[in-house]
Amino acid sequence: MSSWWRSVEPAPKDPILGVTEAFLADPSPDKVNVGVGAYRDDNGKPVVLECVREAERRIAGNLKMEYLPMGGSVNMVQETLKLAYGENSEFIKDKRIAAVQSLSGTGACRLFADFQKRFRPDSQIYIPVPTWANHHNIWRDAQVPQRSYHYYLPETRGLDFAALMDDVKNAPDGSFFLLHACAHNPTGVDPTEVQWREISYQFKVKGHFAFFDMAYQGFASGDPERDAKSIRIFLNDGHFIGISQSYAKNMGLYGQRVGCLSVLCEDEKQAVAVKSQLQQLARRMYSNPPLHGALIVSTILGDPDLKKLWLKEVKVMADRIIGMRTALRESLEKRGSTLSWRHITDQIGMFCYSGLTPEQVDRLTNEYHIYMTRNGRISMAGVTTGNVGYLANAIHEVTKSA
Amino acid sequence: MSIVRRFEHVSPAPKDPITGVTEAFLADPSPNKINLGVGAYRDDEGRPVVLQCVRDAEAKIAGSEFLESVSAAVNSKMVEESCKLIYGKDSDAVMEGRFAGIQALSGTGACRLFAEFQRRFYPNSHMYFPAPTWSNHHNIWRDAQVSARNFCYYDPQSKDLNFEGLINDIKNAPEGSFFLLHPCAHNPTGVDPTEEEWREISYYLKVKNHFPFFDVAYQGFASGVMDKDARAIHIFLQDGHLVACAQSFAKNMGLYGHRVGCLSFICDDSKQAVAIKSQLQQIARAMYGSPPVHGVLLVSTILGDQAIKALWTEEIKIMADRIQGMRATLRESLEKLGSPLNWEHITSQVGMFCYSGLKAEQIDRLVREFHVYMTSDGRISMAGVTTGNVNYLANAIHEVTNSGYEESQILGESGF
Repeated sequence: MSSWWRSVEPAPKDPILGVTEAFLADPSPDKVNVGVGAYRDDNGKPVVLECVREAERRIAGNLKMEYLPMGGSVNMVQETLKLAYGENSEFIKDKRIAAVQSLSGTGACRLFADFQKRFRPDSQIYIPVPTWANHHNIWRDAQVPQRSYHYYLPETRGLDFAALMDDVKNAPDGSFFLLHACAHNPTGVDPTEVQWREISYQFKVKGHFAFFDMAYQGFASGDPERDAKSIRIFLNDGHFIGISQSYAKNMGLYGQRVGCLSVLCEDEKQAVAVKSQLQQLARRMYSNPPLHGALIVSTILGDPDLKKLWLKEVKVMADRIIGMRTALRESLEKRGSTLSWRHITDQIGMFCYSGLTPEQVDRLTNEYHIYMTRNGRISMAGVTTGNVGYLANAIHEVTKSA
Repeated sequence: MSIVRRFEHVSPAPKDPITGVTEAFLADPSPNKINLGVGAYRDDEGRPVVLQCVRDAEAKIAGSEFLESVSAAVNSKMVEESCKLIYGKDSDAVMEGRFAGIQALSGTGACRLFAEFQRRFYPNSHMYFPAPTWSNHHNIWRDAQVSARNFCYYDPQSKDLNFEGLINDIKNAPEGSFFLLHPCAHNPTGVDPTEEEWREISYYLKVKNHFPFFDVAYQGFASGVMDKDARAIHIFLQDGHLVACAQSFAKNMGLYGHRVGCLSFICDDSKQAVAIKSQLQQIARAMYGSPPVHGVLLVSTILGDQAIKALWTEEIKIMADRIQGMRATLRESLEKLGSPLNWEHITSQVGMFCYSGLKAEQIDRLVREFHVYMTSDGRISMAGVTTGNVNYLANAIHEVTNSGYEESQILGESGF
């Protein structure tokens, strides 16, 4: 009997998971995990939102477990579109949006990548440098060739706006661009409103397609409406965009895998056609999306009181992170660091791209039991009033000779 | 350059042959309508069922603090328990830990993961599907860019297995081909090989060094006994095959909407198992990240708790028995109505489906005149038949098939 899989090698380890594994294995009582991209409260504990608990109570025990339609829960999708496009969006009213429930943001991106491959087989995707590592995997597995565009400028720890605009101008007309709607992962660097307007304008000139990955709506400013500004600018300018939305972080539904993919179309007829194609792609991947998370989301968003509670809880999470940014920066400045730590408070969302070198990161881990990815990305969600002083001290120590 | 409409050339996708039936059914206002399309279990009132074992599991996990993902320990446990179900808890491979598996998005997801894996490691291979098979199989492998071949399976004349054709196709396929097999309760025909036939199939697959891939979607629904329904897989394992299985908990646990399943491989050793698992996780990560936790927790709770698992075993038998009862009743009703046709296949076929042999025009009449819905290949989901509607159904079938003895003679020749 021949062995079928002798040539199968172990896949390369996920670098982020490796950080968590190492952290868990560390016996030090001082250890700090600022690698994980999942929210923690001020005690470093994961959080189940109260609105989610209430939704779970309401749906427990009385639901059938039948298949959702291929496009997922219609209620959930409708409520989700309102978050991205606006409560009173004309596009929703005119039924111009092709939208399906997806397996969180990952699933939405993958469906779009497959759709792009099928209907624009000669296209490529322009991806910012840097971006969430899995973006590369997704478009690669969908067999869409990738190009990169400038985004982060290490010297300023800010946006490389000039180079970004050059890349937009130099890309062939009608290119596909992946944009992070807010709270860029991993850098936390977002364009300003003025910059978004310029990007949108140039996209219009070039006829580019904008695909927004919005994984952190609510986490950037604490206000979901405000966090959708980039999308609203593009919509106002008449672009036909695509959006991936995720409830992993802003509703804490990580493991339930709830999200939405939408594509704005010219008219209702086209939206119907596009949706049917998205559903077909889904049918060959998993047939129909999972039920439980969708029920939680539609229960929360469909009840004005629960929705209000959710918005409050999102603000609490965002505010805690913003508070920790301030605290970390102040701690470093108080310790007399001569370096600029402005970027800690300038950057937005869950992550801070600290500017620490891999060697400095290694020292943080080896000497101080502080765990982060080697690109220097700090998950601010892992910072607490209890550990921020320790963290600031350690960072100061490893950078003061720099 | 003005804003270019990127996707204006996209035309509507054809309706899915199976879900399209449910859509049409839902839109039908008739009070007599019957949905025999999708393979989802219904009780004798025609209602969907949430198993008590599932309710018990839900109560057990309520309020648990599981957020980002299920812990690695729970993951491994669920895969292990799932593998025990199909490979047998006493099988060497299981006892020696020579299996690799990950949770998947039900059977569809498990098949798609395997198809993607197959393309990566055997890029020039084909997948041989039984003729006929679940319609989505072809779609899945096509989207994974693995081309399809067919092997003989169903004989419309006898409404039984075309065993000789099947064995010939196995012999004639190039050495080292991939074969997709339904270990029990074949979808859509309900025709399963006998144990003796399975032994021969296993033998010839071994001779030709073919790879057996099992799609296990209805374990428990064939005989009512989980172990018995896995007999084909056990035979293959005893013969030394290294198989892979897609497993679904949609039907036998009633977890349809939760999308829980498992893809597993029997491996040479645990080192290979680690490598295979990591590759599967990588494929999944670029598709949807990780599987939804709720379903995983339910399955691992049910399989991991002796009392709940025992209850589940009982509930499966109840579902399978009800379907078998409806088969007998439907056949009797048709015979009582004086149908001159042979309806033996209704009771000899196994599992959720009956491949009725009805022709397109007859199915059309069933929909238009009687509001009875089934897929266009004449597949009837017996789970949709109840004591309340079986007579109506028998009557309708009799009406559309009894339009003259001459016609039935012609139909008889062409296989009805």
